[in-house]
Amino acid sequence: MKRRFWQGLALHLFLTPLALLWLAPLWLMLVFSTHPETAIFSTPTPLLPGDRFWANLQNLQADTNFLRALFNSVAVSSLYTLLSLVLTSLAGYAFARFQFFGKGLLFSLVIATLTIPYFAVVIPQFILVAREAKTLLALFIGMGVFGGVAVLLAWLRFSPGLSRWLWLGYLTAALAYLFWGVPALREALSFDFRLTNTYWAVILPALANSLGVFFMRQNFLSLPQSLLEAARIDGASELRIFFRIALPLVLPAMAALAIILFLSAWNDYLWPLLVLSDKNMQTAPVALGSLIGLTRVSWGGIMVGAVLTTLPFLILFLFLQRYFIAGITAGGVKD
Amino acid sequence: MKPGATPYLFLLPYLVIFALFWAWPILDSLLLSFQNTRVYPPVWDPGVNWGRILRDAAFWDALRNTLLILVIQVPLMLALATMLALALNSQLLRARGFFRFAFFAPVVVGAVAYSAVFRLLFNPNGAVNAALGLEFNWLFDPVGAMVVIIVALTWRWTGYNAIIILAGLQNIPKELYEAAEIDGASPWQQFWRITLPSLRPVLLFCLVLSIIGTLQLFTEPWLITNGGPGTATTTLGVYLYRQGFQNINFGYASAIAYVITLLALVFSLIQLRMFGREP
Repeated sequence: MKRRFWQGLALHLFLTPLALLWLAPLWLMLVFSTHPETAIFSTPTPLLPGDRFWANLQNLQADTNFLRALFNSVAVSSLYTLLSLVLTSLAGYAFARFQFFGKGLLFSLVIATLTIPYFAVVIPQFILVAREAKTLLALFIGMGVFGGVAVLLAWLRFSPGLSRWLWLGYLTAALAYLFWGVPALREALSFDFRLTNTYWAVILPALANSLGVFFMRQNFLSLPQSLLEAARIDGASELRIFFRIALPLVLPAMAALAIILFLSAWNDYLWPLLVLSDKNMQTAPVALGSLIGLTRVSWGGIMVGAVLTTLPFLILFLFLQRYFIAGITAGGVKD
Repeated sequence: MKPGATPYLFLLPYLVIFALFWAWPILDSLLLSFQNTRVYPPVWDPGVNWGRILRDAAFWDALRNTLLILVIQVPLMLALATMLALALNSQLLRARGFFRFAFFAPVVVGAVAYSAVFRLLFNPNGAVNAALGLEFNWLFDPVGAMVVIIVALTWRWTGYNAIIILAGLQNIPKELYEAAEIDGASPWQQFWRITLPSLRPVLLFCLVLSIIGTLQLFTEPWLITNGGPGTATTTLGVYLYRQGFQNINFGYASAIAYVITLLALVFSLIQLRMFGREP
């Protein structure tokens, strides 16, 4: 027993200073947001909150329209979370519940993108959304044409003899479209959707969230299948089964996913930086980032911005720790 | 509606977005890297970007900086995260809630917010110098700036990895330890023989995530040091941003993007080969 006491003491002696060191940046962020510039840069560093929070907030609001940016962040993050939940749960349900042609291939394709860095897609995404949104239309038209060809080939499959060469037909159509169709369509369509500086520009590309699909699939797989079968035998439509039976059962998991989705949208910086240039459309991180590095800014104000984008989540984290942690461990440890 | 179409209808909304904004861009990025995008309209010229990348000293600087962070920060962070997870999982720990909050809180902090804080802390008149009694200009010293980036990343991501490792720890069957206890294994032996091997898949997962994250490091070096002084903290991510979105050279930036992608693939494959097979 004595040995356990000393082990416990050593553990706390190691962990306590480390924990305080870990909390220090957050505490100083709070403290700095309540002091004037002169105090932040003076020695000794202020360690207790002052009374300049509102003055700093006013400075921040003068440097950049921060309250509007906060509003944009709330709007973008909520809309994204809502749409993403719908898309990923629909897709996850399909992968968990149905057997269909191409399921294995599609699912591996979705999962493979988990190990592909975001930078691999950011430039084409930018071209699609911001630079020449006509490409988006070109792709839609192309997908329609390609889809038509694919349907035609599928129909031809019924004529004997052709089915063996079907894959060759798909491949030719895809390659022809890629190397000839896309550039040609890009040239032909010379108008611009101007998606930049809209909420959609931020939200749309991020909706392709494969981790969410994987997470929802895992949860739908864990449901008792007999329950869903019983509903089907009773004659409920598939959509009804999904919305009335399956979805309510995975709501706690969806809450965890929702937190992670919201937080990732809330803290995202690079993509909103690329597609939002209008000061009134910027999200909070972009607005804040535009101030850092400028020579004439109020650092107290920047700290207020950091506090306003961080503190709500710190408080939420205190109460909803379980859901945050469930969301974070979703990808990895379940097997 | 034929029953055969149902799964496709469930998948359709997601797949349209996925095809447009992930599947197609992965391919388009490769196509762009073979084009000279500094002329309009862009022309097919595979040598222009890939040839340039071989000769571009600034690119190799960025690659070196990124790999430097990779070999220093990632092992440091994962070792610390494992220690934290073990400590937080210990039966002897009191005030568990406080310690969990202290180490897990950075998980909710955005890169822009903490970059701003660390920039202030490591200012010549900042809190770090005040605490250490130094007058060192961290952000204007090549080594100092790199240290700041590494410290900031470690602060932000250690708790995140500790959460994943902690979940892994809690999945290890208790019976294994009980059996080892009966066989007279010391805690140290239990750690090396039971804990570490059982954590292998989890640690591997953290390693893959950290490597992919490090390879595309952008916000922290961009906002804390702006890639400087000189090119001392210019990462591949910062260099890609400069080439693509400041110099508006999408072809060259795509080539850099593909180097990042290939590196991620190579690292993932090496890890799978070395650690992936389960006994």
